[in-house]
Amino acid sequence: MNRIRTFALLPFIVLLSGCNAVVLHPSGDVAVQQRDLVIISTILMLLIIVPVMALTVFFAWRYRHTNTSATYEPDWDHSTHLELIIWSAPLLIIICLGALTWMATHLLDPFRPIGRTAPGQVVEHGTKTLKVNVVALDWKWLFIYPDYGIATVNELAAPVDEPIDFQITSSSVMNSFFVPALAGQVYAMPGMQTKLHAVINKPGVYEGISANYSGAGFSGMHFKFHGLSAGDFDKWVAEVKSGTDKLSREKYLQLEKPSENVPVIKFGAVDAGLYKAILNMCVEPGKMCMNEMSAIDAKGGLGLAGIRNVLPLEYDKYARRGSTVLGPKKTPVASICTKTNPEGVNVEKTPPKPVKAMPVLGAGLPQPGLSNQSPASQRPSNS
Amino acid sequence: MFNNPDLLKAIFGRLTLESLPFHEPILVVTFLAVALGGAAVVGAITYYRLWSYLWREWFTSVDHKRIGVMYIVLGLVMLLRGFSDALMMRLQQAVAFNGSEGYLPAHHYDQIFTAHGVIMIFFVAMPLVTGLMNYVVPLQIGARDVAFPFLNNFSFWMTAAGAVLVMMSLFVGEFARTGWLAYPPLSNIGYSPDVGVDYYIWSLQIAGIGTLLSGVNLVATIVKMRAPGMTMMKMPVFTWTALCTNVLIVAAFPVLTAVLAMLSLDRYVGTDFFTNDFGGSPMMYVNLIWIWGHPEVYILVLPAFGVFSEVTSTFSGKRLFGYTSMVYATVVITILSYLVWLHHFFTMGSGASVNSFFGITTMIISIPTGAKLFNWLFTMYHGRIRYELPMMWTVAFMLTFVLGGMTGVLLAVPPADFVLHNSLFLIAHFHNVIIGGVVFGAFAGIAYWFPKVTGFKLDPFWGKLSFWFWVSGFYFAFMPLYVLGFMGVTRRLRVFHDPSLQIWFVIAGFGAFLILLGILAFLVQIVVSIRNREALRDVTGDPWNARTLEWSTSSPPPPYNFAFTPVIHDNDAWWDMKKRGYERPLGGFNPIHMPKNTAAGIILAGISVVFGFAMIWYIWWLAALSFVALIATTIGHTFNYNRDFYIPVDEVVHCERARTQLLSGQA
Repeated sequence: MNRIRTFALLPFIVLLSGCNAVVLHPSGDVAVQQRDLVIISTILMLLIIVPVMALTVFFAWRYRHTNTSATYEPDWDHSTHLELIIWSAPLLIIICLGALTWMATHLLDPFRPIGRTAPGQVVEHGTKTLKVNVVALDWKWLFIYPDYGIATVNELAAPVDEPIDFQITSSSVMNSFFVPALAGQVYAMPGMQTKLHAVINKPGVYEGISANYSGAGFSGMHFKFHGLSAGDFDKWVAEVKSGTDKLSREKYLQLEKPSENVPVIKFGAVDAGLYKAILNMCVEPGKMCMNEMSAIDAKGGLGLAGIRNVLPLEYDKYARRGSTVLGPKKTPVASICTKTNPEGVNVEKTPPKPVKAMPVLGAGLPQPGLSNQSPASQRPSNS
Repeated sequence: MFNNPDLLKAIFGRLTLESLPFHEPILVVTFLAVALGGAAVVGAITYYRLWSYLWREWFTSVDHKRIGVMYIVLGLVMLLRGFSDALMMRLQQAVAFNGSEGYLPAHHYDQIFTAHGVIMIFFVAMPLVTGLMNYVVPLQIGARDVAFPFLNNFSFWMTAAGAVLVMMSLFVGEFARTGWLAYPPLSNIGYSPDVGVDYYIWSLQIAGIGTLLSGVNLVATIVKMRAPGMTMMKMPVFTWTALCTNVLIVAAFPVLTAVLAMLSLDRYVGTDFFTNDFGGSPMMYVNLIWIWGHPEVYILVLPAFGVFSEVTSTFSGKRLFGYTSMVYATVVITILSYLVWLHHFFTMGSGASVNSFFGITTMIISIPTGAKLFNWLFTMYHGRIRYELPMMWTVAFMLTFVLGGMTGVLLAVPPADFVLHNSLFLIAHFHNVIIGGVVFGAFAGIAYWFPKVTGFKLDPFWGKLSFWFWVSGFYFAFMPLYVLGFMGVTRRLRVFHDPSLQIWFVIAGFGAFLILLGILAFLVQIVVSIRNREALRDVTGDPWNARTLEWSTSSPPPPYNFAFTPVIHDNDAWWDMKKRGYERPLGGFNPIHMPKNTAAGIILAGISVVFGFAMIWYIWWLAALSFVALIATTIGHTFNYNRDFYIPVDEVVHCERARTQLLSGQA
């Protein structure tokens, strides 16, 4: 059997040397440290795995039935010395590995800003950092650059050797944001924000994917990540900025609808509060943002009145179009008045139209839609 | 009447003619094949007038041995289905390159990988290990049956009912397109409005009842029904692993039931446990399902460890090395298995301290597991190892499982997991431990106990052929996936854009083909063994010169297992009896009190299928009716007082005399 395995592994080793194992040859400092950890832990474990496998083969061969010259002790079943070794050898390795794990997990925590951009290159306080807001949509990636006021779909770019601060969320289902050459992955989840801090060290074009299955268009949900020199990055930003397309809220609501294998789209301008609104699930006009709701709840909530009007809080978008077995969720609101429709629409007769819905107002909160600036952008996110 | 949509909806719910997949040629052909095959089997049973025999002796049987065999047959049948899914995936991934979409559309492919996972875990691995435990444990502890024989029959049929629902989804409607754990929000009604996830929920709920009850049953059996003298520390190791597994089942499966119940409430009545809005938390689902899911891994692998312990010591002709540490290792694994679930989602954004805690607990599990491996190793040391089929599987397991264990510990290092999570490296890892551990263990167990069940050994030639195909196929199929993981390829992809990956998928596909040959060789082995049964016959009841109690009785054992309950003095009870020159009692028999067969189990499970089907398709009148029928039948069954009988002395004497003649013919 072992001979078979050696033969089976041989072509793999040959092929592996020729193939592009990006996880083992990454181009970002975080991924490099993660790669090193993979290798160090593997070597640590091989310290015990190799002897075990060798002993297995040796014992299996040595004590075969036909070898009558080997010692045979049918009643030998205990040895305190051996037991001590059996339990302590793995224990020692796990102690080493555990210590390594504790340190590395804290140092490489994706939520923690990176301390170095390369070995020896310490990140000083106030170093320029590229901020990117990442939104997983069905089934494409939206990248918003808040400092530049631009956005791209399925294309990401960053200058080399500059720390990148990703803030990650999703519009509908779970995805995982993963650029193997750059750094490890982090889940993207609706209504929640995860973070990833990374840096790219070599210019080049790298593959980015969703690493968590998210539905029919999942296979096409990949993008190119461009590591660019500082000058090239500025050119890239200028090129995107020169585009006339603006990512407004209406445009986003169009964009977030399911679509597959989406080509690169570039937006020269972005609605300033869009990312906060996406994160708080209130891009649609008339929706209450999650952080507003949390703020209201933190002040004691709205009491009985608050539980009656649930329309502005509903988010699971396809669910509202379809419905559960018992039909659409009942809302006890008889009618909703808005500025454009002062008479109000009868909710009982017409299906709920969220666009017309009046948001619930909390104490001290500005009324959305009346001021140009979204309240979401004035408040910290809920996460 | 047929023009009235409201009436049709009231009668058929969501079920329409469009629900039948006539438009998918692959499914139509599959259906025809299954229908023809099914008709052939039904025809054959009818032709040989076996229905009444099957009904009396098998379907309604409460004999743990019969039920154990039925579990294993169920597991093997479902293995064929789950493996077909695997082959289709491997083929799709091997051809979907260079702009080709492959031959499977997303709608179909996504169902296949979901069904593959669900079937392999719930309806292949679970029935195989439950079947082995059901058959062997009462024999190993010197009991006449399990603690609750009717419950045992009911558990089996509920598991089978779940399998029936999954199979139904192939031809009526569709299965879930969510991955095998159906994470919300994707599995919630908003993003999966079709029947797929409902099939998933109801098949697992129904099968879950069976699993939970069989867990209760075996725990009670092991705790209360051991033969006199068999203290806890004299139990065979397989029984120990079975005890730990069933404790895990009893503690873990209610979590699965609860989490699926919450998911169905979300889907059916619009609650907000796992929705994005109204304070629902999909992350809660992910936590809960893994609080069940991780112990589930050990539920599967612990009995396999038990099998390997029995096999190693039997075929090395030696006492098991380090029995006590083996037992403690098992118990430690049982406890620790509840403290590691978060390692399945380090990447969901827990803090570094939480991640390291769960990473380190995961690594700690490898210590008792490593100790077990050493114990098997030192059982072989100074032994006389006979390379019969079960021992071959065991050595293959030892070499394969350490690799899987190593990659598992690697994945437990959170920063390493960040680059390998959900990748094909992960797929390779868990197939490495599940095939290398559970499947090899099941095959070792089947080969080991087959002579006990049937009275004749399995044909060694076809068995060895199957073994070599399986083992080499495994390496060809999964080593490339480790490589692909390092190349940054994630799981569940349907089409690929990088042509350099293709060669690896082709190699993996070749491995899957070798495994197919392994499965076919196994089936041929069964057929050949049955045809050559006279040549392979074992009359002693102890063909391997084995050590534990199940080998002291005849093969196949009489319905009552032991005419006299044995008294135990050593943890290798039968070895000890043989050594002391044990004499079989030839007289002084008494009538034996036994449980009576009942059809209640299969009837309840049948009604459960109807209930599940009605709930899936929103056929409310049928759901209500079947639910009432379910409750009524259950209550009705409690009034059945005619549940036991005595095997008369004459029959016992007759049975035992037949064995005496066989044994003397041998001598």
